[in-house]
Amino acid sequence: MTREQLKGVYKTYQDLPLTPITSVNSSANQTGFWKTFKPVLDSSKCIKCAICWKFCPDVAVRMKEDVFPEFDLRHCKGCGICANECPKQAITMVMEGDVE
Amino acid sequence: MKMVMTGNYASAYGAKVCRAEVISAYPITPQTSIVEKIATLCSSGEMKAKFVKVESEHSAMAALISASMTGARTYTATSSHGLLLMHELLIWAAGARTPVVMSNVCRANGPPWSVWADHHDAIAQRDTGWMQVFCEGNQEVLDSIIMAYKLGEREDIRLPSIINEDAFILSHTVEPVDVPEMEDVDSFLPPFNPRFRLDVNEPYGFGSLVMPDMYMEFRYKINEAMEAARQGWRDVEKDFERHFGRSHGGLVEFYKCEGADAILIMAGSIASTAKDVVDDLRAKGKKVGLARIRVFRPFPVEEIRKLAGMANTMGMCDHSYTFGHWGPMGQEVRGALYDMNDRPLLMNYIVGLGGKDMTPGVIEKIYLKTLALKGGLDHDIEWIGVKGHGGW
Repeated sequence: MTREQLKGVYKTYQDLPLTPITSVNSSANQTGFWKTFKPVLDSSKCIKCAICWKFCPDVAVRMKEDVFPEFDLRHCKGCGICANECPKQAITMVMEGDVE
Repeated sequence: MKMVMTGNYASAYGAKVCRAEVISAYPITPQTSIVEKIATLCSSGEMKAKFVKVESEHSAMAALISASMTGARTYTATSSHGLLLMHELLIWAAGARTPVVMSNVCRANGPPWSVWADHHDAIAQRDTGWMQVFCEGNQEVLDSIIMAYKLGEREDIRLPSIINEDAFILSHTVEPVDVPEMEDVDSFLPPFNPRFRLDVNEPYGFGSLVMPDMYMEFRYKINEAMEAARQGWRDVEKDFERHFGRSHGGLVEFYKCEGADAILIMAGSIASTAKDVVDDLRAKGKKVGLARIRVFRPFPVEEIRKLAGMANTMGMCDHSYTFGHWGPMGQEVRGALYDMNDRPLLMNYIVGLGGKDMTPGVIEKIYLKTLALKGGLDHDIEWIGVKGHGGW
């Protein structure tokens, strides 16, 4: 098995390497499907303070200076800490599938 | 070269002749002289291994799992509470498929505090995914270490092994042991060369998260390896015999079982005493035999099933108890025989806990009890030699 083959798709147990091993880091684990609620930003309230970015335990808030935060929904587990910490109540947790 | 040595020195020399590259161990009675001997061999330069001193058995196993992941051949030794402390990491070592080899000096668990022979420490690790061998003598201790590396490092097996030797009866008792030349072992045992290893030049993540869709698949792969290891042990022992001219009886050693009326099944050093008892009883016209479970993991299902039809009555002598119902080997032997049409009457004897002496006299009594067993057993388990219980 080569390094490239490790990045392949595993359909059966025979496809798996002998040892549980990965050639990529854990950002490849897309844990976003665990969530029930997802954060939705109201940019009219957001003051770009970056508190949500600091508190996110999954590094799923992407932020640059003077730009509104974006949520990486492939990794966000929907814990709601960002919404809880937001000083302007600019983040609402919404049931998955309820909004586009 | 033939030398006179204890089981503990046989363990140390086993690690030496296999050129174990990383040793990490913590001393505990009655294993201490293994660690002391290896430390001496390392400091004198006779053994070219890195000896990693640690603060506990848990750390010793953690160090060896990491070392094994770099592709090093690894060895440790422990006993009793030390083995129990390692338990979490034993499961890790099997899951990570690191073929660590460990000597366990089988000793009772406290309290009451005891340093004497008992299989409870080893049996408590039966579900970890480690292969396990129970040795009858010191030569077998050394030879089994060589076989465990040879089989465990095979790419389709890649499982760690515990080589069990009974406290004091083997660990501190001397016997002649043929220590093979290292060059001779080299031609039998190639260096460990795993495809994926911890290497800064080719980084990988080991043991990381897997989602529920593929966890069971990894466990199935361990099961597949353990199943393959059954034939693996048969093959490696044949290879070993061709190379070194001796063997130790395969997964289960059958001793004078032909035409037997009663067979006792046991593991470890008490089987050595029992062979003498079998000889004596056979000389007196009593048809008895012995089946010695040498390899306990993988469990030797096919060999145990061969017992069906060999004799009408059997006794499984368990050197530990699990506080469920029946001793651990008794449960598994009974399970393996369940589907057989000509399964024997099977009594489970609990024997020798905490070093209670298993003399020829006691074993002869067990044989006579087993010969007298009749259908419709009113009980199927008996503790042997417990003062005030069962007529002892």
